[in-house]
Amino acid sequence: MALKIVVLAKQVPDTHNVGADAMNADGTVNRAALPTVFNPEDLKALEMALCIKDSLPDTSITVVTMGPPRAAEIIKDARSRGADDGFVLSDARFAGADTLATSYALSQAIRQLGHVDLILGGRQAIDGDTAQVGPQVAEKLEIPQITYAEQLIDINEKEITIRRRLERGAEEVKATLPVLVTVTSAAADCRYPNAHRLIRQAKDEVRLITADGIDADMDRLGLKGSPTKVKKIENVVLAHKESVVLQPTEAALNELSATLIKEHIL
Amino acid sequence: MNNVLVYCELTEDNRIADISLELCTKGRQLASQLQGRLQAAVMGNAVNSAAESLFAYGVDDVFVADDSRLSPYRTLPHFNVLSKLIETQKPDIVLFGASSVGRDLAPRIASYLRCGLTADCTSLEIGSHTDLKTQTTYDNILMQMRPAFGGNIIATIVCPETRPQMATVREGVMKKEIFDANYRGTIIPITLDASLDAADKAVKILRREIEEQKVDIKGAQIIVAGGYGMGSKENFELLHQFARLIGGTVGATRAAVDAGFTEGERQIGQTGVTVRPKLYIACGISGAVQHRAGMEQSGKIISINTDPDAPINAIADYTIIGDVMTVIPQFMACYKNNLK
Repeated sequence: MALKIVVLAKQVPDTHNVGADAMNADGTVNRAALPTVFNPEDLKALEMALCIKDSLPDTSITVVTMGPPRAAEIIKDARSRGADDGFVLSDARFAGADTLATSYALSQAIRQLGHVDLILGGRQAIDGDTAQVGPQVAEKLEIPQITYAEQLIDINEKEITIRRRLERGAEEVKATLPVLVTVTSAAADCRYPNAHRLIRQAKDEVRLITADGIDADMDRLGLKGSPTKVKKIENVVLAHKESVVLQPTEAALNELSATLIKEHIL
Repeated sequence: MNNVLVYCELTEDNRIADISLELCTKGRQLASQLQGRLQAAVMGNAVNSAAESLFAYGVDDVFVADDSRLSPYRTLPHFNVLSKLIETQKPDIVLFGASSVGRDLAPRIASYLRCGLTADCTSLEIGSHTDLKTQTTYDNILMQMRPAFGGNIIATIVCPETRPQMATVREGVMKKEIFDANYRGTIIPITLDASLDAADKAVKILRREIEEQKVDIKGAQIIVAGGYGMGSKENFELLHQFARLIGGTVGATRAAVDAGFTEGERQIGQTGVTVRPKLYIACGISGAVQHRAGMEQSGKIISINTDPDAPINAIADYTIIGDVMTVIPQFMACYKNNLK
């Protein structure tokens, strides 16, 4: 028994380590100044795929990403952790895509792979936090989706059981394959790269696939295929209030608490 | 049509969720500006009284789908009903909560309708937009503001060409306000068709565990929040004492939660809860943009910090320079004295 799994992944700027030079003077993002990382929740999705492969060893895992050629780094990373294969959708015609155009490109790429049993991906990417691409790929492929997955309970060649997070609680759901699952940060951490695999595949090139390779309607790709437009970008500037700075003396704190009580704030 | 449609979420006890009432309040404003109708979709089981409760928020048309297959929420049954409703009603704008339900459903709907969707908006306004390339001007469209890039920038997003314009909004970001207690609209039942059967079969819920909400940080009038600067879980106990004394609730930054000082449900900020209490006391909080995004609309802000240059001080009304572990007991003593 074996499954064919696709993991959707994204190489993202490390927004958790944003330095002073992260923004250009005109308010745009200075991507060159930011280190890139494997989107954290996508790594958790990869781990879920690898766990399935542990129990069903003939399972194949293909990692699919879209981005500039250097996004091949995360495909290599994924292979060194145990993924079988992967490729980068890379083409100027994909550029400027919002989630709708991105999900269209990804779903067309997945269609080229033939029958797929399970698609896994992170719930959201840390550079956009939209959580839209997963459900949109599922809709385009007309398969069910299970979002906010935090634990794989059970899987066989027909069905998957997942524990997913709710606003206030959790639920266990069972779906018939094929299905798309998005994984949250509460899921298990990804295993480390394996040194042998790292060395063995270091020289293996990562395939770059262009828009011509996914049988796509060019009008639905990139900026052209994106209904959302960015009208304006503003840096977050702190509105500087008249701030009263106090030293923690008894007199100052006494006066402050008296004022707050008088103003009915305390 | 210039109508605004709000997808309404239900609570476990079948009331309309706060986030949806907040969206109706905002939706009423937008619909009036567009001279359109405010519409709401309510889908669940035995939802009549929930549907009725929407009129006070100024809803003109409440579309109701009442069927046991629609409760509890599952993606495909709700997708089945809502996508058809939008196709027939053709609203100009559709709003969802940025909750685990809204963020599950809205993208699938947007993909199906091939329209734009802006996630986690913090502000929605009607305005006009001129495309610089084509010099085409679009009037009366939705300006969708959202923090992006880890909260370091605010982007204004528009979807000039496609309809509906869709957005999700986080709970607590917008105000919930009764429009008119005597306002009356119409309840319009949705006719369900056979396609719901297939949608019903795809995913089964085996069991659900609903946790009691222990902390109501969103409704708190006074919040005593601690950051990484609190130093330890033990030191956080002082915040609880402080909060008990002044009738407040303890909140925290992501850094404090990640460090294990307190529970995740107390987290305030972009990835936590957005709050607007009348008093916010920030203790040992430096004030990363992600945190400020969740509390900067507080009435009064007091910062207690050893660092005079902490970013939080820039939005504070009062900044007390000092160590939280000495300043808080001092302040508590002064407060007790002043109450006498």
